[in-house]
Amino acid sequence: MKKYWPIAVAVGLLAIVPFVTTSNVVLNFLITTLLIALVGQGWNLLGGYGGQYSFGHAAFFGTAAYTTAILQVQYGINAWVGLLAGILAGALVGVVIGVLCFRSGLRGSYFSLVTLAFAEVLRIIASVTPITGAGVGTLIKLDLRPESFQFQSRVPFYWIALILVALSLVVVRAVENSRFGAYLVAIRENEDAASALGINTFAVKLAAITISAAITAAAGCFYAQYFLFIDAAIAYGPRISIDALLAPIVGGAGTLFASLFGALVIKALGEATKLLTGDAPGLDLVIYGVVLIAVVGLAPRGIAGLLTALFRWPFRTLAQPERGNG
Amino acid sequence: MLSPVILVPAVLNGLMAGAVYALVALGLTLIYGVLHIINFAHGALLTAAMFAAFFAFTLIGVDPYLGALLLAPLFFVIGYTLQRFIIGPAAHGEDRNFLLVTLGLAIVIENALLYFFRADTRTINLPYAFDVVEIGPAFVAVPRLIAFGAVTAVAVALWTMMRWTDTGRAIRAVAKEKLGAELCGINVAHIYATTFGLGTACVAVAACLLIPTYYVNPTAGEAFVLIAFTIVVLGGMGSIAGAMIGGLCVGVVESLSSIFLGESLGQIGIFIMFIVVLLARPSGLFGARS
Amino acid sequence: MAESLLVVENVSKRFGGLVAIDRASFHVKTGSITALIGPNGAGKTTLFSIISGFLPTDDGRVLYDGSDITAEPPHKRARRGVARTFQIVQPFATLTVRENIAIGSHLWQRSRAAALDAANHVALAVGLGAQLEAPAATLTVAGSKRLELARALAIAPRLVLLDEVLAGLNPSEIRDMVPVVRELATRGMTILMTEHVMQAVTALAEYVLVLAQGRIIARGTVQEVAADPGVVEAYLGAGAAKRITAGTPHA
Repeated sequence: MKKYWPIAVAVGLLAIVPFVTTSNVVLNFLITTLLIALVGQGWNLLGGYGGQYSFGHAAFFGTAAYTTAILQVQYGINAWVGLLAGILAGALVGVVIGVLCFRSGLRGSYFSLVTLAFAEVLRIIASVTPITGAGVGTLIKLDLRPESFQFQSRVPFYWIALILVALSLVVVRAVENSRFGAYLVAIRENEDAASALGINTFAVKLAAITISAAITAAAGCFYAQYFLFIDAAIAYGPRISIDALLAPIVGGAGTLFASLFGALVIKALGEATKLLTGDAPGLDLVIYGVVLIAVVGLAPRGIAGLLTALFRWPFRTLAQPERGNG
Repeated sequence: MLSPVILVPAVLNGLMAGAVYALVALGLTLIYGVLHIINFAHGALLTAAMFAAFFAFTLIGVDPYLGALLLAPLFFVIGYTLQRFIIGPAAHGEDRNFLLVTLGLAIVIENALLYFFRADTRTINLPYAFDVVEIGPAFVAVPRLIAFGAVTAVAVALWTMMRWTDTGRAIRAVAKEKLGAELCGINVAHIYATTFGLGTACVAVAACLLIPTYYVNPTAGEAFVLIAFTIVVLGGMGSIAGAMIGGLCVGVVESLSSIFLGESLGQIGIFIMFIVVLLARPSGLFGARS
Repeated sequence: MAESLLVVENVSKRFGGLVAIDRASFHVKTGSITALIGPNGAGKTTLFSIISGFLPTDDGRVLYDGSDITAEPPHKRARRGVARTFQIVQPFATLTVRENIAIGSHLWQRSRAAALDAANHVALAVGLGAQLEAPAATLTVAGSKRLELARALAIAPRLVLLDEVLAGLNPSEIRDMVPVVRELATRGMTILMTEHVMQAVTALAEYVLVLAQGRIIARGTVQEVAADPGVVEAYLGAGAAKRITAGTPHA
């Protein structure tokens, strides 16, 4: 059985941060990192463990963000209720996409394409319909009270982000230790063999995409509260979908801390790029693209894989078993 | 509302636009048919080609239609090099990796363009770009007519090459049975790279056909990616005829849905068709049954 | 339990213009070992895919323990007790041998610990005890075949479909595998196996079906079938037929 103590250690380390620094720069960096880690953890469950590569995870992120924003702005609903509603809405989109894709037996590249298309369709709709603010986007009114899920200082945001990430880690570890998790990995490795062993692959994949969507949706709601503004490009644009897959792949898709490691690396790279070359748009993404190619080509098991290679024993609980020459 | 005066021009224009879509899709389906991978970098390469055509015109004064003769070979080499030395090696032969590597490439290309050229939208000023020709009740723009002709020519040229040349035969062999082809002495890595190069060359020609009437910015190609995918899926992965006919269909659908739904929602028609086709019949209308 | 655990009734399958299976009908007696043999391309794997639910049949029915399972998906058939191995082995490559088998055990064991424990027993039964921790991708051909078998057994099946489980093994590996298969029947499982290795067919099969060009052209004991001139013709394997009638085993 895989243990939970590594999660406690990682979260514990991160929890120390607000006590050693009050720098807004550091906090902001870590908050956005945790945000990406959360988005990516959702992807990791479906893509890393389940082998279904979604190229449109923004669909879940954006739906949740818009749901909570619209509920607050148009209907005066409380932001915390909005958080729950957003997660449910995102999960629902996951169910719909899952049913449509997996019922039709869509696999591999086809699945990736369809998820990309769904995200695009949602983006276009969001950019023209009035309820989302169309091209202008939606602004959440400033109301710096905890009851409204808004805070004067960044520190409470940090705690919430950390709690959400911790929860996502616990959920994924629980999945790893369960039959559902074993079935999910089996499907990734060989779907036909899996169904020959009695696995209802449709049901398992559907459950996976729903949980995956819910986790990413939580990140969407958080985004809305932290930045107080979303529009179609932010909510459903390719940027989020790319972050969603890049973080776990860099970190080692299919391992518990993939998304957290990966998010740290890519955010750090992004910041370093900005420092060295100024704020020119595009350069950080160029680096991301190169990193993606490099990781796939040179270190396919990502950071977790590299760590396993370097320090075999202590990290066995963190990384996948060694692959053979197959 | 549905009178021929509105419909016929819409359909004709749709066909013309569809021809260019078809060319883009042609490159994609060629790559899929042989390498069995979906090239996510296709749209980015199109954007890069459009920038190249743009600068060829503004800096050297090369007419875009003639520029195609320059850019096609150039982009063939670029595509060949990319596949032979980056994509192929990085992917280690696994499908999922190809997806990720080509996605990575797309990100790199598009954002490099963004970095160097900013997000400004540019257009070129071609003197005869606004000339029209009368066909029945419709006025068809000259560039579109030229595009239609050029695409047909390219399609025929490709088909002929595949049918009658040694390279074409080698490509078809690798597409059908890679291992067997290898055993016959065909250098598969070379063929893969050649095919990728051809697909990229198609995209370069398409770019030249587009810039007289279309704008150029780092995300211009993106709009074509999903359209091209839709066509390839509609027409059947790997089918040249399917890509051509699918392209024309999509062009018409887009034109018609623009009339009924307006410009921005017109694009939705395509994506929804894409999703529906994938869900209902992934092998497409002309593709091989699995 | 029905007298015939598996009944295939008038099953036909076409791929475009090609008739792959042509009105195949047969019974497999409960508790027996039946071999399905035939020249390459006869349609054996197609038939297996139909029986295990991976291919729909164009015509006819498949009955398991008296129930019509023709329309059921593979996972439902597995739950009923139909297990199959794949001709080209399909391991879960990044998982260990134990984890591979545990996926099968999970059908009846919800808890991870229980499934992994059950996997240990199955592994020992097929002789993979020494390789429990090895990643499946590192196994030899013989090991992979045993893993295929172990995984299938882990779901506690009553009907086991073995698709060329001996293919690719050398003579001594075959000799080692034969008792493992026989042991399954001793434990009460019904076996339908396709095989090219005649040595194994002779040693194991109580009943033989011969499939050629999608049609069952002969059925009976090994001796009866080997003497059938139609079978000899279909195979062009006169040497094999002579050896069987002479009763001398392989190396």
